[in-house]
Amino acid sequence: MATTKFDVTKHIFVPKHIIISDREKNQLFKTYSITLRELPKIYSNDPAIKHLKTKAGDVVKIVRKSPTAGETVYYRGVINA
Amino acid sequence: MTEPTVHKQVKSIVFGVLSPKLIKKMASAKVVTPELYDKEGYPVDGGLMDIRLGVIDPGLTCKTCGSKLKECPGHFGYIELARPIIHYNFITLALALLKSTCRECGRVLIPKNKIDGYAKVLDDAEKEGGISARRAKIKSIITALKTANKCPWCKSRQQKFTLEKPTTVYENEKRLTPIEIRSRLEKVPDEDCTLFGINPVAFRPEWTVLTILPIPPVTMRPSITLESGERSEDDLTHKLGDIVRINQRLFENINAGAPEIIIEDLWDLLQYHVTTFFDNAVAQLPPARHRSGQPLKTIAARIKSKEGRIRHNLAGKRTNFSARTVISPDPMLDLDEIGVPTEVAMKLTFPEKVTEWNMEYLKKFVERGPKKYPGSNYLVRPDGKKKKITDETKEQVIEEIQPGYCVERHLMDGDIAIFNRQPSLHRMSMMCHRVRVLPNKTFRLNPAVCAPYNADFDGDEMNLHIPQTEEARAEAEVLMQVKTQLISPRYGLSIIGCIQDAISGCYLLTNELKLPRDKAVELLLAARETDFSTLPSKDVITGKEIFSVLLPKDFNFEGRSKGYTGNADEDKKNDTVVHIKNGKLISGIMDKANLGEGSGLMLRNLVKLYGEHRTIEILGKIFRLGIETLLRLGFSCGLHDTDLPQKSKDEINKMLSDAYKDVDALINSFNEGKLEAFPGRSVEETLELKILERLNDARNKTGLLVARDINKETATMIMANSGARGNPLNLAQMAGCVGQQALRGKRIEGGYFNRTLSYFKKGDLSPGSRGFIRNSFKGGLSPSEFFFGAMTGRDSLMDTALRTPKSGYLYRRLANAMQDVRVEYDKSVRDATGNLIQFNYGEDNLDVSKTEGGKINVQRIINSVTD
Repeated sequence: MATTKFDVTKHIFVPKHIIISDREKNQLFKTYSITLRELPKIYSNDPAIKHLKTKAGDVVKIVRKSPTAGETVYYRGVINA
Repeated sequence: MTEPTVHKQVKSIVFGVLSPKLIKKMASAKVVTPELYDKEGYPVDGGLMDIRLGVIDPGLTCKTCGSKLKECPGHFGYIELARPIIHYNFITLALALLKSTCRECGRVLIPKNKIDGYAKVLDDAEKEGGISARRAKIKSIITALKTANKCPWCKSRQQKFTLEKPTTVYENEKRLTPIEIRSRLEKVPDEDCTLFGINPVAFRPEWTVLTILPIPPVTMRPSITLESGERSEDDLTHKLGDIVRINQRLFENINAGAPEIIIEDLWDLLQYHVTTFFDNAVAQLPPARHRSGQPLKTIAARIKSKEGRIRHNLAGKRTNFSARTVISPDPMLDLDEIGVPTEVAMKLTFPEKVTEWNMEYLKKFVERGPKKYPGSNYLVRPDGKKKKITDETKEQVIEEIQPGYCVERHLMDGDIAIFNRQPSLHRMSMMCHRVRVLPNKTFRLNPAVCAPYNADFDGDEMNLHIPQTEEARAEAEVLMQVKTQLISPRYGLSIIGCIQDAISGCYLLTNELKLPRDKAVELLLAARETDFSTLPSKDVITGKEIFSVLLPKDFNFEGRSKGYTGNADEDKKNDTVVHIKNGKLISGIMDKANLGEGSGLMLRNLVKLYGEHRTIEILGKIFRLGIETLLRLGFSCGLHDTDLPQKSKDEINKMLSDAYKDVDALINSFNEGKLEAFPGRSVEETLELKILERLNDARNKTGLLVARDINKETATMIMANSGARGNPLNLAQMAGCVGQQALRGKRIEGGYFNRTLSYFKKGDLSPGSRGFIRNSFKGGLSPSEFFFGAMTGRDSLMDTALRTPKSGYLYRRLANAMQDVRVEYDKSVRDATGNLIQFNYGEDNLDVSKTEGGKINVQRIINSVTD
């Protein structure tokens, strides 16, 4: 692939996406008493997480800027495209 | 109360399609003739109005169930179709099945060894994404099977299917008759059906092609008798008549051995009638019409869309004990009162229970009857039977009355009512008021509650509902009282505040007004304040001191008036720093920034510290105080309010002339080609931008000049300064210069060739020819200026007319999409299926209605604890 291609993850409108560990994942499921199904979804080939090499079942943590709270954390479950 | 016994419990529901067998089984009559009634007007046996299908005439009994009109629910019938007919709503499904099964052996076009794999894929999809994911997967499998051209089971070649809308199927240019389609679908084995998401027990594929048509009971298509004694049949009956007639003709032709072309034509015609019987708005078909030309309302039209059963009858129900009329203002009513016309109060009633203790009291209502206010309209007996009270029956009713009965008495002062104005966009659109019965024919409301209803008095109408039980009253009072709705959940400030005259009045009062003591007391009394203990014992009392009487004794507040600049000296001079200490207004003018709806924290703090009940009382008094002040002072605006001294008029004129000259110079340099373009712009665009900038600048300067030189003591200026109505721009347009008229952000462009009006020269770019209005409204507009003004006026009128329905539909979609979303106890936002939408409500977990304008003042909380 061409290395000169625009990297969306560097754009200011794209918040930070991080894969969380299994321990964090289970903790998250426990605090909200949910399973992967109730979580908001994201495709594994979404441009913002493509570089993370995720697989279905992973959970991404997204740290966004928020007009009300300054910074806010959001989670999305990865599904296959 | 004991639990009601459960006789049967619903474990599961199976959805399917009626089979021909079932249709026959549930039918109680076979329809064979299109005739409806015989010569005596009696329903024909085997006709569409057969009395075995139910009765709609009084006096007749149903042959099936033996009950009379209103008791018989109606019964289905059936007709045998001479040839099979495709059910329009299943054509896509039937086609998908044809495409993905073998034309010879009927098996799915998937090899034997792969079938289990596909089944597993579907099960997995359902496990992960629910039933909708399974359906999506089935769809993708079907599309994939379209391309298969050889059956993996019997090795026969497959053909291409095309659909000619709405109901004709071609296989390689050869037309497939419904008979063939049905026989193909019959071949599909049960185990293959499951793969398509079809339960073969409740839904065999071949049932999508009808051989028998169920006839709906007469009770769902009643005929009406016109005044002339003529009968007028329901649209569905008309349609069914067509079907039966064509079906009979088809039978006769087939039996007589008519040529194939004639039979096919009749067959197509029957298909058309059956399709339009289900849905008369199929895109490719001309809708079936009455003789008058209006389209028939068939089954789909009864259910679908706004006038259909769901949105009209199920989602939108009508109510009794409600009233609607024009609204008008009455500032002398309390904020949570509503003026109800006597006429309305005598129609709307409240059922009051008769007890030993109120029997004599209620008997008086009965005695007055329905025509004398306050009387009563009905007596409800303990068994629920209602008896109308009339002048003739009232003596008899009084005799009968005893505890346990119920009197529906007229509406009276203090009764609870729910008041509403459409569109009901937020919860404040329906609030609970106390009734005040008044003369005349309009609903009266305090102008301060116009804001939450978004009402004005240019002809608006509003609705009134009377809760009919004590429980409903209590609930309405607790949840919907005006005072409980003070703080808007949208931005956390009071949405009810002073408006218009109340603001100008308080502004004048708190701005250097002095009154003798007797006048001050009179004023406060008029505002219904009775506690004068905080009124200073002086002979001359200032307006601020009068205002302070209304405030709680320990209220402390610091805020800003409308004219606050941040410059300490200027603010002191203009008295724009609001300071309230121990319930005394020490400095600051009370204007829109403090008293208005949705602005300032004074009202918000009052609610927080003294509760909504006290606040609404104070607010009502402030409102009346403002109005009474204005009443005493006199307050009129006139044409001379916009007068300017000759000197400033000359100055404005010169300023505009200068601007015109500059614009001329710009146009000249453009014509000579000397104008330099802005980066990324053409020279023409640059010229436009520069002209627009220069003219706007000139207009703004005239605005400042008007603000500087105009008489500040006039009523017009007071209204603008207090924020009651109007702004400096309106004033500048009246006194100085109206300014540039713009369409789509540009100066007005040529409607004729290269010019705006034929009055101008071609290619004229001067301000006057492109919609700049140099004159003021008072000075008068020239004809071309007036026309430009009309252009922008029409444009904005069009804009609002087009935007209102669009935003209404957008709101509807939004509300429907979010109707089951709620905030859980852990502050996460979830929908009805438990899906997480947001992890923290609003990302900051704040309930806006408990904040001050969306924020929480932490410093003040700390201060209040540490002090």
